Amino acid sequence: MKSLSIAFIVFTLALLGFSTYQGLFVAPTEQTMGDVQRIFYYHVPSAWVAGVCFFVNFLASIAYLWKRSLNADALAAASAEVGVVFCTIVLITGPIWARPVWGIWWTWDARLTTTLVLWLIYVSYLMLRRFAAGGQTQVLAAALGIFGFVDVPIVYMSIRWFRTQHPSPVMGGGENSGLDPTMLHAFMWNLLAFTCVGIVLVATRYRLQQLENAVEAEHAQLALEGRAR
Amino acid sequence: MSHVDVTKATLMKDLRMEWRSKDAINSMLFFSLLVVVIFSFAFNPTAEQSRLIAGGLIWVAFLFAAVVALNQTWARELRNQVLDAYRVSPAPPNALLLAKVLGNFLFVVILEALMAPLFVVFYQLRSVGPVWQLVVIALLGTWALVVNGTFFAALSIRTRSREIMLPLILFPISIPALLAMVDATTSVLTGESTPDFWIKLLLVYDVIFTAVCLLLFESVLNAE
Repeated sequence: MKSLSIAFIVFTLALLGFSTYQGLFVAPTEQTMGDVQRIFYYHVPSAWVAGVCFFVNFLASIAYLWKRSLNADALAAASAEVGVVFCTIVLITGPIWARPVWGIWWTWDARLTTTLVLWLIYVSYLMLRRFAAGGQTQVLAAALGIFGFVDVPIVYMSIRWFRTQHPSPVMGGGENSGLDPTMLHAFMWNLLAFTCVGIVLVATRYRLQQLENAVEAEHAQLALEGRAR
Repeated sequence: MSHVDVTKATLMKDLRMEWRSKDAINSMLFFSLLVVVIFSFAFNPTAEQSRLIAGGLIWVAFLFAAVVALNQTWARELRNQVLDAYRVSPAPPNALLLAKVLGNFLFVVILEALMAPLFVVFYQLRSVGPVWQLVVIALLGTWALVVNGTFFAALSIRTRSREIMLPLILFPISIPALLAMVDATTSVLTGESTPDFWIKLLLVYDVIFTAVCLLLFESVLNAE
């Protein structure tokens, strides 16, 4: 198992190197945006990984409430943390890209705002995990995880309406409308690489949480026995 | 005792306690009065401007004020282990949640009814659109805040630094509801567009989150 995971980590690193090469050197330079468009190869895959992580968090939260297995909770914790990290990357790379292309760092457009709200929700989830006391953490976190994910479509709907009612002068994106095959090629490699990075991080964090749980259980057991003696 | 009986008994107990102490309603009233005054100093709006910003102002004031009451909801049940007693009793958990939500809903609606004239006077508000729509928005919006707020208060009561935790988890989830309330109110006040979409969104939000709260409350109440 251990050698398998090390092999997968090595594979992921190699893949990440290859996809970075693809994105920076092989993919053609975009006509109007220039080289800055290459941030696309990191921005969108990060958003994808964040989205998948939050979805995993939602499923793991339901699984925890249903089966009460600590492993489901460990997966929920791991995926939320990694999701927040990738969501942060999206929120940082987005403005870096927007500034030269749209002329502004930020616009309250539906997708941007939804991502920001998503980030806020899951940061609050992590804070709740930190602040909750003892054995209640898992249940409380699972409840909030479900709330958070249910909220996402409503957030998106409300903000889209909010913005279509007051259209802003700077709207853009639409990068999916006809991507050059070589760009698509580089993009797919990056998507794969980032997905693998996400898997590695979640798996590592998951293992760590399991170990933490085991240590805690051991401590509790020792305390019990100490009192018995 | 049936579901309805438990809800009624708990609700009446809370109302009686509130009637005797008036803790929640007084602190909410004074708090939102302070917000009205401070915002008025901060923005110093004309009648025309205040029509544009009033929607946001009113709801931010009520949101903050509601947190004051929501934080007290469960705190009083911790004294003398009332909550533990409730957990071992055969009473349905959702009846307890429903009673608490209804109680908070009443408190916040009373607060809004008392504060509305003050807003009108201080900000020289005059609605261009039909006023009855504001009542619908207020009722739906208050339910949205209170149902989630009561549930999250039950979550945050189990954490360290309880009073801080509630707004931290309530506000992000409430963003769509707040957006709907503010925009609906503004569009009625200015009469520039119809609030129909926002009212529908609030309705959807209310239905979905009431269902989620009722589904999950039992696990949260019994969390050890």
